[in-house]
Amino acid sequence: MNWTWFHRLGSPPHIYRIAGTLTPWFAWPAGLLIAAALYGGLVLAPPDYQQGEGFRILYVHAPSAWLAVMIYGVMASAAAVGLIWRMKVAHAVAASCAGVGAWFTAVSLLTGMLWGKPMWGTYWVWDPRLTAQLILLFLYLGYMGLRAGIDDLGRADKASAVLAIVGVVNIPIIRYSVEWWNSIHQAPSVMKMDRPSMPFDMLAPLLMMLLGFTLYFAAVMLVRLRAEILRRERTASWIREVLR
Amino acid sequence: MTPRQRRITLVVGILAGVSLAGVLALNAFRENVMFFFDPSQVAAGDAPIEKRFRLGGMVRPGTVDREAGSLDMSFVVTDFKHDVRVVYTGVVPDLFRENQGVVAHGRLGSNGVFVADEILAKHDENYMPPEVAKAIKEKHGGVMPVNPDIRAAPQTGT
Amino acid sequence: MTEFFAMGGYAVFLWPAYLVTLIAIVANVLIARRAHDGAKQEARRRFDLEDEGSTT
Repeated sequence: MNWTWFHRLGSPPHIYRIAGTLTPWFAWPAGLLIAAALYGGLVLAPPDYQQGEGFRILYVHAPSAWLAVMIYGVMASAAAVGLIWRMKVAHAVAASCAGVGAWFTAVSLLTGMLWGKPMWGTYWVWDPRLTAQLILLFLYLGYMGLRAGIDDLGRADKASAVLAIVGVVNIPIIRYSVEWWNSIHQAPSVMKMDRPSMPFDMLAPLLMMLLGFTLYFAAVMLVRLRAEILRRERTASWIREVLR
Repeated sequence: MTPRQRRITLVVGILAGVSLAGVLALNAFRENVMFFFDPSQVAAGDAPIEKRFRLGGMVRPGTVDREAGSLDMSFVVTDFKHDVRVVYTGVVPDLFRENQGVVAHGRLGSNGVFVADEILAKHDENYMPPEVAKAIKEKHGGVMPVNPDIRAAPQTGT
Repeated sequence: MTEFFAMGGYAVFLWPAYLVTLIAIVANVLIARRAHDGAKQEARRRFDLEDEGSTT
């Protein structure tokens, strides 16, 4: 099998340029979608029959939780590609994911606490879903700490990639915790095989938020990736060209 | 085996090993991972009756009994197979309602009554505006079905 | 308008949740931009120094 196309894809100057071109194409739609979804979620969507206006926390909690899990998937996949094909750019992608993922895992935990207090009656319980999400935060922090603690870039890449891949087992645990065990957390409303569990005017802002957050992540990750590539390719002559 | 194939094997091996360890660990701690036990598990003796544990289920309609002038209350938690009566003193969360999910933390007395010191409400994944909920309830004789088809409900302008 | 901000009595939970999310969204843009600008500046400095070194 011929892998030259794959290795060309991994060429740092190539990726650096592509990332720069793509960023605005993700950033602008993300901004528009999130703004529209804010209006739809806070103003247009009707209140819930049980939770009243309080259910609107869903529009920031669910997208953050989705990013937390989705970014981990991207990070672990990139780490695996980096490990298997010895592709430095893939390791750079994984490294660019971790910070954003940790931020949004924290946001999902905080917004969940603020939602849990009025509805469940508590900010926090050691529930399987909540605990698994907290472990996800520690995985991100551990990944970043491991990278920061190893000076040799090649070894940092390898060690952190193994940690990222090991942590993947937590992802199905988060997703299915509410089905495998009795949990206080409700089952998914949208990410399931069945029809969504809400009417269109509540669902539309949520779907726009989910897509908006995903595109937002892509934009932010690409900017971080460019920084990461510049740092790694310290002496490469192509940097002189692009900085002119 | 080429070096690349060896690295693929390594990655797959790590994943398989950790997954296996995870499955075994979660199976071993299955009971500890259970956030709550339902009335059937209590009736079958699966719940740790000698210790504090969480009891979860639905609040059976018509069983909520509030003592006038105090925060004392009692209600029946059901999973529609078995019932457990719960007594509690204190404030309940907003979503504590008849026919809604509830998780009570406390101890099971020798008389079969569960003495709770913490009440949490559990809600399901269904969201809908009040008018739609009302229409669905009317269609099902005043009770919200377990898995309501929200699209089938009569659409109301918002 | 006041009714909108009251959010049916859930204002004290809802607005902090939105605020936390907004902070994360803005902060991550700033962090990414600063990292990229910093890396660019550092690279420029490096090449300028090397240029000087090669001419003298």
